[in-house]
Amino acid sequence: MPTFTPPPLPSDDKRWKIVNGTMRKNGFARHALIETLHTVQSSFGYLDDDSIRFVARSLRVPLSQAYGVVTFYHYFTLKPPGKHTLTICAGTACYIKGADKLIAAAEECLGVAHGQTTPDGQVSLTLARCVGACSRAPVVLCDGEVAGEATREQMLEQLERWAVE
Amino acid sequence: MTIEELEQIAASVRRENAAYDYEVNVCMDLACASQGADKLKEALLKSAETSGKKVLVRRTGCMGPCSHGPLVRVDPDETLYHKVHAGHARAIVAGLGGPPVAELQCDLNEHFDSQVRVVLENAGYIDPEKIDDYIARDGYKALLTVLTEMTPSGVIHRVTESGLRGRGGGGYPTGLKWSTVAKAVGDMKYVVCNGDEGDPGAFMDRSVMEGDPHRVLEGMAIAAYAVGAGKGFIYVRAEYPVAVSRLTTALREARRRGLLGNNICNTPFSFDIEIRLGAGAFVCGEETALIASIEGRRGTPKPRPPYPAMSGLWGKPTLINNVETYANIAPIVRNGGRWFFNMGSERSKGTKVFALTGKIANTGLVEVPMGIKLREIIERIGGGVPAGHTFKAVQTGGPSGGCIPAEMLDIGVSYDALLKMGSIMGSGGMIVMDDTSCMVNVARFFVEFCMTESCGKCIPCRAGTAQMFTLLTRICSGTGTMKDLELLEELCSTVKEASLCGLGQTAPNPVLSTLKYFRNEYVEHIVHKRCPAGVCAIQVPAEVTA
Repeated sequence: MPTFTPPPLPSDDKRWKIVNGTMRKNGFARHALIETLHTVQSSFGYLDDDSIRFVARSLRVPLSQAYGVVTFYHYFTLKPPGKHTLTICAGTACYIKGADKLIAAAEECLGVAHGQTTPDGQVSLTLARCVGACSRAPVVLCDGEVAGEATREQMLEQLERWAVE
Repeated sequence: MTIEELEQIAASVRRENAAYDYEVNVCMDLACASQGADKLKEALLKSAETSGKKVLVRRTGCMGPCSHGPLVRVDPDETLYHKVHAGHARAIVAGLGGPPVAELQCDLNEHFDSQVRVVLENAGYIDPEKIDDYIARDGYKALLTVLTEMTPSGVIHRVTESGLRGRGGGGYPTGLKWSTVAKAVGDMKYVVCNGDEGDPGAFMDRSVMEGDPHRVLEGMAIAAYAVGAGKGFIYVRAEYPVAVSRLTTALREARRRGLLGNNICNTPFSFDIEIRLGAGAFVCGEETALIASIEGRRGTPKPRPPYPAMSGLWGKPTLINNVETYANIAPIVRNGGRWFFNMGSERSKGTKVFALTGKIANTGLVEVPMGIKLREIIERIGGGVPAGHTFKAVQTGGPSGGCIPAEMLDIGVSYDALLKMGSIMGSGGMIVMDDTSCMVNVARFFVEFCMTESCGKCIPCRAGTAQMFTLLTRICSGTGTMKDLELLEELCSTVKEASLCGLGQTAPNPVLSTLKYFRNEYVEHIVHKRCPAGVCAIQVPAEVTA
């Protein structure tokens, strides 16, 4: 049986070593696909064609399967995130407490729909399916920091601060 | 690690703690942490240092009433302070040994009195990153007892005797599931913990994983011994980074102490656990989809049988239980099956943790004996709907559940009673809605959720939820007809009957339950072009206004 040699790293960017580390830790097993994609996304911020190809080849997973996994799971993104990210929780408790109004206000302020980044690359607006801070609904996350009982004013102030940076 | 060594650790922690005159416990769960609990803890540490008093400042998991956060509990007096900020640290420390700080004290006796804590027994009492804290509260005693004194079938017998049913929502008898996996033939078996708490509005499992992670590991190890498994996986949502880090620490500590790994407690039993991250797919809470996801594939469900108990991960017999189910195991082993069996209602035993949220005074986590009336949870424990508004419905079971109206509040909470009311127990989300919520809009919200979360494998769910969403959108916008309502009802039964997995089979529940109890709201939207709650933006046609 011919032995398998993993492909060379795409570049000498150190982050690839971290990605490779995850795969090595899992013995380059196929089932490490999602784990590895998580490492790519946490290292690079998003998944692009090159990284998906590299991971698929390294784990001997068909490219179609890797792409299928990337697009199936909401957590993975194919677009680079903006400098800042505003995430609005769209879970049930937040919805009952008016998250839809926050979403509409943020979309209007930024001029982009949720799931998109402003043209200047400054702010990405995303929705979360519950971050588990339901007792403080509605919840927004500013660059991952949870802010509970969020108001429209607070949120817009934050967006303004980001805009003038 | 032997039982004697375990007891030595427990004794030494108790000795260390006894050297302090006061224990100041700071809740650092997500809700409190997001309001500056970390700065508060630093300030308390600083004040304690300079006070000359012997004070232990401890970080703990969720204490429960999150809406009162940040919370601090001072022992041994059990004084509970609410809405505490770093600026209060000095006053709290100065008040130790004297009368409590009156302005921070909160009276939540009503809130706590009718609660019974089994799963949450350690929440608020241990530092989740210290295995010794857990051991000092009888942690891992059940595991070592099981390994040295009980046979696998003895363990299964005890779990069966307890009457514990799966806490993930389905309510399948846990003992029966365990004995099926134990009887299954295979050279390798797996134990999986479902920590993919995808139900929006529920956070019990997050709190348990973050606040008392060893409890979950101990439950899994006992299960592994009982069914003959050698390896375990915890599948956790990627949206819960703190849970992942706490579990990672807990695993490392447990291995270091020899409570996981090879030949645990010098017995032939070897078991270890790996963490697997979810990636944001609600359907992965379904067990066959979860298995696919652990295997690194898209989370699409498979028809059952074969059940995972016979053919699960990589085709091997696999036991899958929810976080809260595993969290119940150690106390059942320690206290006996009968102890657990004696709590709860006729066919639902023990306690259940609920995440109480929405339009209610005391939001947070509560643990109550099964059979307790919904009214007691909402009015007494939850403190009722804030003044100025009236209660309309409570939603249980998330996107798979239903809305329960005010007239049903005197029914006791159990798997069967909730099912009868058109809802489900679910994982334990309980969202209270008042007169400002439009029930048609709520139904539309859940159907939209199921539509986007449908994996797309079977048509009834993929296309059915999309059509249901279109109809509900039409009704919400005031352009729906009574014919649409008929069609909606017909679609509900098709999707319910013909979908492959639980997601599709239960997706119509929010619609069916609101149709059952709040049909008039649908009719108001359709016939009178009016949203009684004032939520839906209805364009009133010109001829109506004229």
